[in-house]
Amino acid sequence: MYAFDIERPSTIADAVKALKDEDAQALGGGQTLIPTLKQRLAMPSALISLTGIGEMQGVCLSDDGAVCIGGATNHATVAKEAAAHYPGLAGLAANIGDPAVRNRGTIGGSLANNDPSACYPAAALGSGATIITNAREIAADDYFEGMFDTALDEGEVIIEVRFPVPEKSHYQKFVQPASRFALVGVFVAKYSDGVRVAVTGASENGVFRWSEAEAALSADFSAAALDGLSVSANEMIADLHGSPEYRAHLIKVMTGRAVTAAA
Amino acid sequence: MPKDGGIGASTTRREDVRFLTGKGKYTADINVFGQAAAIFVRSTVANGVIKSIDTSAAENMPGVLAVFTGADFVDVGGNPAGWLINSRDGEPMKEPKRPVLAHGKVRHVGDAYAAVVAETEQQARDAAEEIIADIEELPAVVNMADALAGDNFVHDEIGTNQCFDWGWIEDNRAATDEAIKNAPHVTTLELVNNRLVPNAMEPRASIGTYDAGNDAYLLQTTSQNPHMTRLLISAFVLGIPENKLTVIAPDVGGGFGSKIYHYGEEALVLAASKKIGRPVKWVADRTESFLSDAHGRDHVTKIELACEKDGTFIAFRTTTLANVGAYLSNFATVTPTFLHGTVMAGNYALPHVYVNLKTVFTNTAPVDAYRGAGRPEATYSIERVVDMTARELGIDPIELRRKNFIKPEQFPFTTAAGLEYDSGNYHKLMDKMENLIDRDGFAARRAASEAKGKWRGLGMNAYVEACGLAPSNLVGVLGSRVGLYDAATVRVNATGNLSVMVGAHSHGQGHETVFPQIVADMLGIDAQTIDIVHGDTSKIPFGMGTYGSRSLAVCGSAVVRATEKIIAKAQKIAAHMLEASADDVDFTDGQFTVKGTDKSVSFGEVALKAYIPHNYPIEEIEPGLEETAFYDPANFTYPSGAYACEVEVDPETGKVTIESFTAVDDFGNVMNPMIVTGQVHGGVGQGIGQALLENTTYDENGQLLSASYMDYVMPRADDLPFIAVEHSDGTPCTHNPLGSKGCGEAGAIGSPPTVVNAVIDALQSGGKNITHIDMPLTPGRVWAAMNNA
Repeated sequence: MYAFDIERPSTIADAVKALKDEDAQALGGGQTLIPTLKQRLAMPSALISLTGIGEMQGVCLSDDGAVCIGGATNHATVAKEAAAHYPGLAGLAANIGDPAVRNRGTIGGSLANNDPSACYPAAALGSGATIITNAREIAADDYFEGMFDTALDEGEVIIEVRFPVPEKSHYQKFVQPASRFALVGVFVAKYSDGVRVAVTGASENGVFRWSEAEAALSADFSAAALDGLSVSANEMIADLHGSPEYRAHLIKVMTGRAVTAAA
Repeated sequence: MPKDGGIGASTTRREDVRFLTGKGKYTADINVFGQAAAIFVRSTVANGVIKSIDTSAAENMPGVLAVFTGADFVDVGGNPAGWLINSRDGEPMKEPKRPVLAHGKVRHVGDAYAAVVAETEQQARDAAEEIIADIEELPAVVNMADALAGDNFVHDEIGTNQCFDWGWIEDNRAATDEAIKNAPHVTTLELVNNRLVPNAMEPRASIGTYDAGNDAYLLQTTSQNPHMTRLLISAFVLGIPENKLTVIAPDVGGGFGSKIYHYGEEALVLAASKKIGRPVKWVADRTESFLSDAHGRDHVTKIELACEKDGTFIAFRTTTLANVGAYLSNFATVTPTFLHGTVMAGNYALPHVYVNLKTVFTNTAPVDAYRGAGRPEATYSIERVVDMTARELGIDPIELRRKNFIKPEQFPFTTAAGLEYDSGNYHKLMDKMENLIDRDGFAARRAASEAKGKWRGLGMNAYVEACGLAPSNLVGVLGSRVGLYDAATVRVNATGNLSVMVGAHSHGQGHETVFPQIVADMLGIDAQTIDIVHGDTSKIPFGMGTYGSRSLAVCGSAVVRATEKIIAKAQKIAAHMLEASADDVDFTDGQFTVKGTDKSVSFGEVALKAYIPHNYPIEEIEPGLEETAFYDPANFTYPSGAYACEVEVDPETGKVTIESFTAVDDFGNVMNPMIVTGQVHGGVGQGIGQALLENTTYDENGQLLSASYMDYVMPRADDLPFIAVEHSDGTPCTHNPLGSKGCGEAGAIGSPPTVVNAVIDALQSGGKNITHIDMPLTPGRVWAAMNNA
């Protein structure tokens, strides 16, 4: 690590102010950032910790029934407190990383980082969630802009994520065996106005919606509805753990399993 | 006698109290007054010419005490290979110098070419970033076949990338070729034994301390064998006299082979300490472990099994390329040869075996012995091709093995690969295994798996290995530059408790528990009154350390011999005390008794007499009660086993899950069954890791792609099944006093082919004509094979 200062603001306003310094870096649970710092791959002048901000903590229900999660809420809390309201989302949170990761890592940190193999982007996109920042509200469909890239501006902080609750949902993760991130993860959510299918881990462009499957499943919410569909291997990730063809194949398998589990 | 603490008792491991409560003391835990920190600067390219290194900026950074480059070590010796292997034509192997720091050229990613010593680790790291090295990158040699074919040499001065071309047994070559040419059936298999990173839990670390007052050095380091490290530094590298160098290996968090060897970092901290007049400490980070620890395996093999139509084996013939990486590590030349070729007859009484093996330099980290060391490679080749032969001939795989096993009455048996197996009963092991796995119930289990959409497979394996390294006379003939005895000193203290100084080093094996069990059993005293001292060259006799499943068979035998000397002397003292002739004194359950009388003295009373020698036959018997023995084994020990495993394959994803695993082993006499079971668990865990998960991948430029736990797949608890272990009722080793055979590596030797055979069986049951997939059998590889079949 290089030396840095750390600030622990207790309000969103103070955090946003501190982040105006161009070498300052927001710190959520640190599950990606701290290992990066330990490898001396980043050199921020200051870390602005967001986990001490009370108004960014916890899970609640909005008037319209959506599940609202504070941006600094850790995965273990989501797994526990969202379980009664949105079991598909809680199940996803319960299987991120290991207990240490789940008790440090935050939803805001995960969505801001937008790792192409992270789980939360699939839930946000698959739910049509709204990302609420200190400055604005961003629809999930407009938020994810590619691998490690989002609509967030410099210094913008995710203070809350609002998930409309589907009738049925499930997340199927085929793990990359070393990192235990998603080699392919598929989040399927059935709403009254249609089905959303979001895929993480697979594409060089990060999380994406599989629109053909959405159409087929909106007409018939069963694994059999996927018969005849296939995913192109174009722009799928190739690495030590899976070829583009393998990932494309797994998308269909995991989607079918998610539908079966949700139904 | 305290049977619960003696031989055969599953005594709880006493060392676990400190390991499990955070009280262990590892090298990184040691802080010496006034210590400085060393950081190494490592090559980011696999092959390059060092045109210049500018250290001036680094030297002026805050806290910097010294900066070293390869130029500082051109006048000291190289780190040598421990065995001299000759090629088939009689030419000695190529031995390029392995320097303390790379000089002139860097030869693999992670090759250290400079080091910074500063007041703090952070300052050393900051300064290391200011070293300006002009390194001209050259094309890398990564693939072994390319390395042999091309003229891009890892070491220009030797003009080849081939270290040696070895034949075993060369005189058997023609007969083996002829037998295969005329055989009714030949099964041929080409396979890769995947390269592994040892991944000991504790990264390497060293502290060098120069004592100017005595012109003496102390090295505290992560070593499996402190005396060998001292010998290498003294006799080859730095030339520090052995009497002026103490090497201490304190608690060591696993080695698996990677900490057998002397590494340049150890020499650097010693030289740096003398230069700056302060202790110098270095602790590797995990990335350094991946890049610079000696890796394991990395063979590419073609094996042929020739047999009669009825399955009677005629010949094994292999051609293998074995990677040694960029430099020869200490055991790099013996591991693929005498620890591999000599066991290529397996458990079988076949007439012909011939092994041809070429070792190849590449621009990768050095490759050396890793748990099993050559024997897993041999067993994998043999037991995969035997399984394939069974399938081709339509013979049950267990029956084919039984048909060709060395028969119990044939022991001692000299194999076609030249070793004399002293004892064993492979048929009995196979019978036990077959009973334990409920083979008759397999069809029903397979049907149940199919009902839930999974393909189930059953894989088997028989192995025998040669361990307990090793008879010095034999290994001397084979090219070893050292002897492979071990040593123990048993010191009975005046108050009757004992300190036992041993040459073996314990870094997870449980010596601190087991060696006292042996001594306690022999002396009829409580094991808790005995402590083991190990790992400090200033305290222990000259021993060769721990590797090759040798601690019990070799060092344990030395403990027995030293304890026998103690008993012999104590008996004389007791006879004097009892006013009897020594011949008339019996020793049982800790009591010396005059035969046919009730006159007796206890062992403790005799010990006290030895140290307070009043009324003592001082002219006949020396005072004191302390004895040393060196033990050199007459032969290797030959543990063997029969393993089985059942897997499920998910046909949609290619994912393999292990449903059951059964290990039946013959370790001869077992001293502590619980510890032996633990050794098997660990070995099987690593073997399953090799079979399904672990792979070390360099790209074509020599960059290590699997250089962290984000990409290198270590087996975790949820990857492993319940492992049923059975090792009672073994056939005793006939040549060591304990009758014991080594158990440390068996699991890692026996399990990889067992798992792969099971997966192939599962795929065949699913209608896929797949005969082989190279390890690791990752979901992606299995899926790709299914889609090509």
